[in-house]
Amino acid sequence: MDGKITVALAGNPNSGKTSIFNMLTGARQHVGNYPGVTVEKKTGLCNHKSCKITVVDLPGTYSLTAYSMEELVARNFLVEEKPDVVVDIVDASNIERNLYLATQLIEMNVPLVLAFNMSDIAKRKGLVFDIDQLSKLLETAIVPTVGNKGKGKAELLDAIVQTARLSRPERTHKISYGEEIETELASLKAVLSDEEPALTQKYGSEWLAIKLLEDDSDINAKVHSEKTLDSVRAGINHLRSIFGDEPSIIIADRRYGFISGACQETIKSTIESRHSASDMVDAVVTNRILGLPIFLLLMYIVFFLTFKIGDYPMGWLEWFFSWLGAAITAFWPAGVESWLKSLLVDGVIAGVGGVVAFLPNILLLFLAISILEDTGYMARAAFIMDSIMHKIGLHGKSFIPMLIGFGCSIPAIMGTRILENKRNRFTTIMVIPLMSCGARLTIYALIIPAFFPEGWRGPMLWLIYLIGIVLAVIAAKVLRLTVFRGETTPFVMELPPYRMPTLKAVCLHMWQRGWLYLKKAGTIILGISIILWAAMSYPQPSAESLAGLTKEQAQQARLAYSVIGRLGHAIEPALKPLGFDWKIGTALVGATAAKEVFISQLGIVYAVGSDEHSETLREKLQANYTPLTAFCIMLFCLISTPCIATIVTTGRETNSWGWALFQFFGLTALAYVITLIVYQLGSLIVP
Amino acid sequence: MQDKQLRPLSAIATGETVKLAKIDAGRGLNSQLASMGLLPNVEITVVRNSHPGPFVISVKGSKMMLGRGIAHKIMVL
Repeated sequence: MDGKITVALAGNPNSGKTSIFNMLTGARQHVGNYPGVTVEKKTGLCNHKSCKITVVDLPGTYSLTAYSMEELVARNFLVEEKPDVVVDIVDASNIERNLYLATQLIEMNVPLVLAFNMSDIAKRKGLVFDIDQLSKLLETAIVPTVGNKGKGKAELLDAIVQTARLSRPERTHKISYGEEIETELASLKAVLSDEEPALTQKYGSEWLAIKLLEDDSDINAKVHSEKTLDSVRAGINHLRSIFGDEPSIIIADRRYGFISGACQETIKSTIESRHSASDMVDAVVTNRILGLPIFLLLMYIVFFLTFKIGDYPMGWLEWFFSWLGAAITAFWPAGVESWLKSLLVDGVIAGVGGVVAFLPNILLLFLAISILEDTGYMARAAFIMDSIMHKIGLHGKSFIPMLIGFGCSIPAIMGTRILENKRNRFTTIMVIPLMSCGARLTIYALIIPAFFPEGWRGPMLWLIYLIGIVLAVIAAKVLRLTVFRGETTPFVMELPPYRMPTLKAVCLHMWQRGWLYLKKAGTIILGISIILWAAMSYPQPSAESLAGLTKEQAQQARLAYSVIGRLGHAIEPALKPLGFDWKIGTALVGATAAKEVFISQLGIVYAVGSDEHSETLREKLQANYTPLTAFCIMLFCLISTPCIATIVTTGRETNSWGWALFQFFGLTALAYVITLIVYQLGSLIVP
Repeated sequence: MQDKQLRPLSAIATGETVKLAKIDAGRGLNSQLASMGLLPNVEITVVRNSHPGPFVISVKGSKMMLGRGIAHKIMVL
């Protein structure tokens, strides 16, 4: 028993589960996936009283039904992995609804500890809890906590260790579902013991019986014998005729009844509060007239700040990497060509450096998104957006993954999990890439200052994003009328009170997202940078064919001889009508793998074509292209697929490579057509 | 027994408190709403009813936003 414990954290969304997780594990966290699905799995480590504790953060859920992926994942984890302790994090200021999940966990008979989180807010609301009494009624340890202030940590860990160590006595206070249901449950349990021994062993007959009466699709699918299913159907029909309603509803009702009873005995409210501060803020922020403008203003501020403030550290990083390149070059005597030198400087440093240099921009964007999420504004934004989203045939909640898409398509596509309806979800996934992502931001941040005067830059960036949004709206509408035709779905969303985000939580959240982005840069792009460097440096022309050429010409010749050069030249005819040359073509080919590679690729193309390492890429671009072409480059990058990782994520989320390819080809075709039109019209207007 | 008219939740004005009678929806939605506290006889206070756009209601001390479609399907007394 001593040594290792596994603890699972469960709880409603907005209950402060993340803050408890952070409180317990600090920075020792790891983000991954639950096997086979794309639901995010966070695990962390913690030590307490000679116990090594592994903490697993289950997805936030209101219940443990089979109706959503998150709930199933949470439920299956509890059954399959059998953690030593389950901590249900309950928002103490919202206790009745939060305890619904607790009743489900009690039904599952897991070793349970309840954390009454946000106990400071509950206190402020005038709620007084008789913890001892409630703990006895629920037969569960209860620990008051304030997650975002770190209060209650020691007590919670004590309760966890204690619960893990002690064997649990059989529960005496069971939730009574009323005579009729209890009778059905008893007879079902008998059937299950006979007909489904394996299932009974695994899940327990009590819980199985309840789930079957609730018509749980997941459990139904696991049942083998017809006899069991017949008994279930008979039982459900019988109950339906008695109550005039589905047994699942009655059972839910009884659970709430149990909670209500327990709470009435143990919780007193001492303050009558009419209008909270949250309500007053909401009166302004979700106002019919002010709501939308406030929202748009906030969005503009976010992007403008990302671009402006991000400039400074970006400059420092750019400087650092070029210094690094020069320092490494200095290892070789001047004039000596070496494949290792070329690999390091032109391949690795140029590649990764170009990408990491834009990390500040990305971090700032994710910082803003974290703040929006943690304050609770994000939920209001979904509310405000719903009336507009509805017109496109999408859901107010679609707005949230789309907003995340402005940071990166990958978590955004994964975030569409919150949409229950498949049609809404797939449509949202398809158009998310049109939300210009952080990687593309690196391209704009390179191009815009190179081609447009100071005053135009902010608006130009805003314009690009706007075009993406408009296209997404149109595409969504079209998709919803054709491929994903069908009814729109219900919008149900909890409205959390406004909260003051803690700096620690926001920074942790921001850093986690940024780290995910970096990992992408570190691994895939470095790999691609090196492959591209190789594809650009080899095959090499013979020394004789280079005799008599100048340095630049020799470099150009080498590039033309290489794989990439040939590919770029090969597709040039197709790209000419868009105003692109083979260099852009080459960069675009590389950029299909990951958008950040576009820049590193251009950097390499021009580094290869030029002897002047001190000249920055921007100056090179300015010398070679017109503002119209530059705009078309941004347009093409905006509309076409962000990266291979996006396609892969789409494939996994939709569980179909067909849809992933549909997205890939659809976006590429759309990008081609629109850029073509813009360039051709543009060349007529702008000389 | 008093024969009170069943009204859809969408027709209830801001500030009014009503009781849920039934929900005219499929099992999935019913279950989801039930787990969030929307069960027969529960008290619902309409916090905000603005057209166009979702509702904000308060149930068991918790605030929720509902789309128009759902608000139409929830019948209250």
